[in-house]
Amino acid sequence: MIAIENLTKVFKQGDKEVVAVDNLSLNIKKGEIFGIIGYSGAGKSTLTRLINRLEEPTSGKILIDGTDITKLRGGKLRKARQEIGMIFQHFNLLWSRTTEENIAFPLEIAKVPKKERQKRVQELIDLVGLSGKEKAYPAQLSGGQKQRVGIARALANRPKVLLSDEATSALDPETTNQILDLLVDINKKLGITIIVITHEMHVIRKICDRVAVMENGRIVEQGDVIDVFTNPKQHITKKFVEQLMTAPELEGEFSETLANIERSGKVLRLQFKGAKTNESLISDVSKRFPVDINIIDAKMTNTKSGLLGTLIVQVKGDKSEIEQAENYIKNASVDVEVIRDDT
Amino acid sequence: MTLDWTNLDVEKLIEATYETFYMTLISVAAVFVLGILLGLLLFLTDKGGLWENRIINFIVASFVNVFRAIPFIILILLLFPFTYFLIGTIRGPNAALPALIIGAAPFYGRLVEIALKEIDKGVIEAAQAMGAKTSTIIFKVLIPESLPALVSGITVTSIALIGYTAMAGAIGAGGIGAYAYYAGFQRRAFDVVFISTVIIVLIVFLFQFVGDFISKKLDKR
Ligand SMILES: Nc1ncnc2c1ncn2[C@@H]1O[C@H](COP(=O)(O)OP(=O)(O)OP(=O)(O)O)[C@@H](O)[C@H]1O
Ligand SMILES: [Mg+2]
Repeated sequence: MIAIENLTKVFKQGDKEVVAVDNLSLNIKKGEIFGIIGYSGAGKSTLTRLINRLEEPTSGKILIDGTDITKLRGGKLRKARQEIGMIFQHFNLLWSRTTEENIAFPLEIAKVPKKERQKRVQELIDLVGLSGKEKAYPAQLSGGQKQRVGIARALANRPKVLLSDEATSALDPETTNQILDLLVDINKKLGITIIVITHEMHVIRKICDRVAVMENGRIVEQGDVIDVFTNPKQHITKKFVEQLMTAPELEGEFSETLANIERSGKVLRLQFKGAKTNESLISDVSKRFPVDINIIDAKMTNTKSGLLGTLIVQVKGDKSEIEQAENYIKNASVDVEVIRDDT
Repeated sequence: MTLDWTNLDVEKLIEATYETFYMTLISVAAVFVLGILLGLLLFLTDKGGLWENRIINFIVASFVNVFRAIPFIILILLLFPFTYFLIGTIRGPNAALPALIIGAAPFYGRLVEIALKEIDKGVIEAAQAMGAKTSTIIFKVLIPESLPALVSGITVTSIALIGYTAMAGAIGAGGIGAYAYYAGFQRRAFDVVFISTVIIVLIVFLFQFVGDFISKKLDKR
């Protein structure tokens, strides 16, 4: 639904030029939560600001549902902007307005009649869970509540797209999770496409379906979150994935740990890649096969589409039983690698 | 020379107080509107502003700077022909108005510009992202968001204006200043000067109090 084609944005500062977005192409599907991750200065904010034309592109196209947003002027551009909601790191609420007045603001801009406005505001307040705070001013709200107002405001005109630029970066981990849950909830209920800009891997793994990694104004890697996480190709992507889970055997102490383990059976590394695996796999295996399983080390994380991470186990028992257990695990679409074989 | 109150003409004093209020209130109202216009123009045409325009910004800024630099007493004299053309006389409270307004509007315009610059850029950007027109941004973002500062600015300006009315009074505009000068100082009636001072101070306190009260009421931060 959003097609970005050869988009470039060059900032001129005196005689210095900064290429913030560099010939970037990207497709975002209807109804998905698409993450864009990158370090500071990668050009993420510039990219989002180009999508609603807060920034003028130097060249390239941005098609939203077939309309090239870069070609719109005046009233048409303002109308198009009403179909793109945006939430901000620092909320950007009007402090002179109460919760309900802040949420009503985009409706006033869209010239929605007063009666309808009040009805819509109440719906939105219920949707984001702000009942009881209708008459509060932003100064009287917590960060999480302020962002809820921001989200309600962004959704007021029923946009097709929601842009979120570091919307949880100013919040504590607990509140971050609540806001992320709210975004997923909204995505499910309204089917709205959400573009999430972040520098935190945690945000991507928790709510995104697909992810693009941005560096120096370019997208260096993209795909389903699970694929990018399990099989990062670029150096920068690997660094981001490491943020979440360092493969245990890469850590120095692991060889020591391994040396102290009784030499019997097999030591396996199980690589979970989301899909349909669940946490009960291990107990499943030990019930089905007469083998003993010891967990030696684990680094696991939960993503939107399933469990992800590495598990190191020692399987002890009869050689053929161990092989059957191994195959069973493989069939549960978990990658199995033998680290040490003492059978 | 004693303060025996024999020189005091209560009726004249009331009339003078009324004239001072008249000059102050009308000029404050006009300065409020003109100053906001000047401030908005300075803010919007500034670098990175919604109507970025170096030429207009330069012209408005020069106008503001020049008129702020002219001492008020000289400004009155300078504006005599203009006042005469506009009002048909150079005496009385109405004749003081052009000088009061032209003297104070640039000052208040700068205060307005400062107040507008204090507004979080992100909020203006959020309004743009919602598809707001510039006029909507002016009336629903810029003015409401800076209102407490606009009110405290006009409070400071109105106190300066009360001072200006007294100066204007001394050269024929009426009001407390004129009363203190003609009925008091020139006749060596210092009781008149004294009571005039007290009344002026009370008027200043009144404006300060009302201004602070409104500004506090509006400030929801
Ligand atoms: N208005 C501007 N004028 C000049 N240069 C700019 C402007 N906005 C951004 N840049 C430059 O463009 C590059 C990308 O900036 P951008 O804000 O998009 O990065 P970002 O990925 O959002 O970073 P962060 O994570 O710190 O928010 C940076 O080098 C920045 O200095
Ligand atoms: Mg940014």
